[in-house]
Amino acid sequence: MRFVLMMAWRDSRASRRRLALYSLSIVLGIAALVSIGSFTANVRRAIDAEADSLLGADLFVTAPAPLAAPLMDYLRGLGGEIATERMFSSMMTFTAARRLRLVQVHAIQGPFPFYGRFETDPAGASSLLAAGGDIVLLEPTLLAQFGVGVGDRVKLGTKLFTIAAALRKIPGESPGVAMMAPRAYIPLAALEGTGLMGNEALARYRAMVKLPPGRDAAGVVRQMRDKFGQMRLSFETVEERKRNLGDALRHLDGFLSLVGFVALVLGGIGVASALHAHIRGKLSTVAVLRCLGASSGQGLAVYLVQGLGLGLLGAGAGAAAGIAVQRLLPALAKGLLPIDVDFFVSWPDVLRGTGAGIAISLLFSLLPLISVRRIPPLAALRSAVVEGAAAAKDPLRFAVVGAIAAAVAGFAVWQTGSVAVGLGFTGMLGVGFLSLGGLAAGVSWAARRFVPRGLPYVVRQGFANLHRPNNRTVLLLLSLGLGTFQVLTLLLVRTTLVAEIRGAGSAGRPNLVLFDIQDDQIGPLKSVVAGAGASVAESAPIVTMKIVSVRGLGVEKLLADPHSRMPAWALRREYRSTFRGSLSGTEKVVQGAFSGRASPGAGPAAVSVEEGLARDMQLKIGDEVDWDVQGLPVRTRVGSIRSVEWRRLEPNFFVVFPEGVLEEAPKTYVVAVRAASPAQSAAVQRAVVDAFPNVTAIDLALVIDTLDGIFSKVEFAIEFMALFTVATGLIVLVGTIVTGRHQRIRETVLLRTLGASRRQVTEIQLVEYAVLGVQAAVVGGLLAVAANALLARFVFHVAPSAPAGQVAGAVAAVALLTVATGFIVSRGITDHPPLQVLRQET
Amino acid sequence: MPSQTMLRVERLTKTYWTAAGPLTVLHDTSFGLEGGSSIAVVGPSGSGKTTLLGLCAGLDRATSGSVELAGESLDALDEDARARVRNSSVGFVFQNFQLIPTLTALENVLVPLELRGDRGCEPQARALLERVGLGDRASHYPVQLSGGEQQRVALARAFINRPKILFCDEPTGDLDSVTAESMVELIFGLNREHATTLVLVTHNLELAGRCRRVLRLKGGRVASDEPAARS
Repeated sequence: MRFVLMMAWRDSRASRRRLALYSLSIVLGIAALVSIGSFTANVRRAIDAEADSLLGADLFVTAPAPLAAPLMDYLRGLGGEIATERMFSSMMTFTAARRLRLVQVHAIQGPFPFYGRFETDPAGASSLLAAGGDIVLLEPTLLAQFGVGVGDRVKLGTKLFTIAAALRKIPGESPGVAMMAPRAYIPLAALEGTGLMGNEALARYRAMVKLPPGRDAAGVVRQMRDKFGQMRLSFETVEERKRNLGDALRHLDGFLSLVGFVALVLGGIGVASALHAHIRGKLSTVAVLRCLGASSGQGLAVYLVQGLGLGLLGAGAGAAAGIAVQRLLPALAKGLLPIDVDFFVSWPDVLRGTGAGIAISLLFSLLPLISVRRIPPLAALRSAVVEGAAAAKDPLRFAVVGAIAAAVAGFAVWQTGSVAVGLGFTGMLGVGFLSLGGLAAGVSWAARRFVPRGLPYVVRQGFANLHRPNNRTVLLLLSLGLGTFQVLTLLLVRTTLVAEIRGAGSAGRPNLVLFDIQDDQIGPLKSVVAGAGASVAESAPIVTMKIVSVRGLGVEKLLADPHSRMPAWALRREYRSTFRGSLSGTEKVVQGAFSGRASPGAGPAAVSVEEGLARDMQLKIGDEVDWDVQGLPVRTRVGSIRSVEWRRLEPNFFVVFPEGVLEEAPKTYVVAVRAASPAQSAAVQRAVVDAFPNVTAIDLALVIDTLDGIFSKVEFAIEFMALFTVATGLIVLVGTIVTGRHQRIRETVLLRTLGASRRQVTEIQLVEYAVLGVQAAVVGGLLAVAANALLARFVFHVAPSAPAGQVAGAVAAVALLTVATGFIVSRGITDHPPLQVLRQET
Repeated sequence: MPSQTMLRVERLTKTYWTAAGPLTVLHDTSFGLEGGSSIAVVGPSGSGKTTLLGLCAGLDRATSGSVELAGESLDALDEDARARVRNSSVGFVFQNFQLIPTLTALENVLVPLELRGDRGCEPQARALLERVGLGDRASHYPVQLSGGEQQRVALARAFINRPKILFCDEPTGDLDSVTAESMVELIFGLNREHATTLVLVTHNLELAGRCRRVLRLKGGRVASDEPAARS
């Protein structure tokens, strides 16, 4: 062992800087894992530390109707404190700008929050809520969007409110989540006189409860479920909020860690490639050691120690870089998190990242290193025998590849907590690597076969570098191509979805939806819309209801049944269903027959269920579903299952009833309008809200803005991780150039000795890197276009959009980056005096 | 000194399988060599000299026939066992020196002993370097030494483990005549001092003449095996 360690150290003398550079390949992958893991631990601790302020209370009780006296009596009887809130959507008019915006109004009464506090700008403004008055606290996005500030006035319904402050932080809420309908907090008493009070059916009512010390929130919830089961109450406790946040955090950590892991695996390939080149230069050393009596195991161990050292170095640097990146994350994630996160280094997560890095680095190192066992001592006499030995198939190589696959799968399963997802990720990664590697091999083959002889010498030489011995074409196309593929796929998916939404409003389709329209308002509202110059494309009644039972089994029984695979959200949610005599243009029956009219006395009415819901609920034609329609029981059976184009901005529903069942139920209307221009859309919204303050509107521009906003936030996180992959690709490129530098210097010297000018040598390099960069970018780009097309077709069910300019821009950027990196790292190659180099060769 | 057989070669044949079919480079070769003796293997290029040397030293396996080295039958040993035999009984000097470029002269000389796990053998290595005239170059790397100096380091390395048999493959092939002459003196001098058996592969008939016997190969077969004609 002493000899192995000593020899490994001594043998690395001339190549320590190069080996250190190779170790950089895994640094970013480890940094990604460490930063994400440690940051997640920070968030987890912050959630625990601020558990109470996650809700601002011990318990939320939410009802679809005003909180009944017995319920309030019960809550008061608990002996704690209570605040109440009424929540509903409404249009807010920014009077100075004469513009409208959908907001979520929270009308509060009482000393909420009990834990934590509203953070406002100016500070302390939340006390104004308790004091009453016609004031409103708004999210800062609204103030910025409409150019208003504290002291300015806005209109809710028919009443003017003064902006008292901007809301920086609300206990338990993420400032960034309410992008479609930003929140507006007002005192409950100020609701009087807005004209929005009669809109009970669409509001939600909440009691926020602070329990007396020692009272268990879960116990209270159990009691209330028994006592007030018919009130359709929903509950939320601190523990539940913590669990939900923890689950979301675990999923996010798992997903981002896998993205970072791709960079690590790529770095592993870089390490393997660099060590392969390193070992090629050590053949005679190993052969001499074997001649002098070293066993095959000792020969392997010397270089395995070097590989391990390389992994340790990369792991150390990766951990340091990861901690540095982690310091940046709280600032970057601000606005996405419901709590403040303090920085600390989570050593278990640092260990996880570095452990994964060392394991991956070592396993990939084994790929080139196991060939050391097969270097015969005879190679000291005849170097030619090494080639034969190296080319021979080594069964251990398959074992190493198997171990790498097992390690990747093991990590993926560990991260995702799901065997299926982990193995799926491993399979996808394998397919991605194999297809990129296969394409790259094809490119190398084509470069040998199809480069015209008539091209200038420097161009032919540049192309020839792609297929000559010891080329790194496959490695570089794999690393750079994979990075390009990841980033460009994200960009294209975003483009596809935004284009689809934009297209949804084209060709005369509706681009403005008005809802919360009362029964008696629908007729006059259509006149107002027509008066503003737009046309009503479609209107539909909405009736709210909840499921009571499916196939005769009650919801609570189904929820308690461990064998039932019906999701809780589908069983518990409040359905907003419609009724009509025919299908709309966005719907198509895929099973059964649509029934437009229920016949009295003919048994349960035949409803049409959307196919996704039917799949989740495992509903078949003929299955009975019983509903609670605002207190009245309604029996139905599944008559048809239909597909729905959800992305069109038109009224779409999970469940459509036939005519003749729900006409007498309390209902509101939703109306889809086609406005010819954004100006006309704004005019319609103003006219409608002036006439009917309770009516709210969503226009296509708002949907696109919201979608774009969500993408910007999510995309940032994913792109941040994908950039680790791109940067790893560039490091592998640098490592590859440095690896081949000696060979390059020798070729350059020979060319210069034969009369090549410095300029010609530089041009050859430029052509080579340009061809490599363009090919990597094109291969990655093509795969991204293909992935986008597949995702669009099979996941989003939309037409793919891949603008040529966007793809070409990305391809050009990667190619330029490759050329620039190659050029910078190759500097100085032409500066070596030929004699010095030629003397070294002898 | 008892003159037991140090190297026994029986009906040694080596065949390579090439795309054009089997190629036999050594046919049915037999000879023996007593301890402390010396033999030169001569012959034109491609006659099988280096192949024979590789097989005798246990660097390769014969297609048929047997090799017994220092009382051990190499045919029955696996590669790692043969490595142990090399480490304990064999020294090598190659035509192209084959020093490890990342080790100093002293470290190169020490390798065979360090491989065994021996410690505290640096004085021994320094003494050998002194013996070959490189006492002041111990900390130099191969690239900082001339060809002759590198070959002298290789010779010191070959003798550090007190080998029973020394294999030299064209030890003066890459050296000028003056340097070559001093190298030859050193090889034979050390050989005498350590009573080492010597197997020398060379084109140089004058050098071959300094061995006790000369084995002449031609076309992979033994053309003659006779005592050297002393000049």
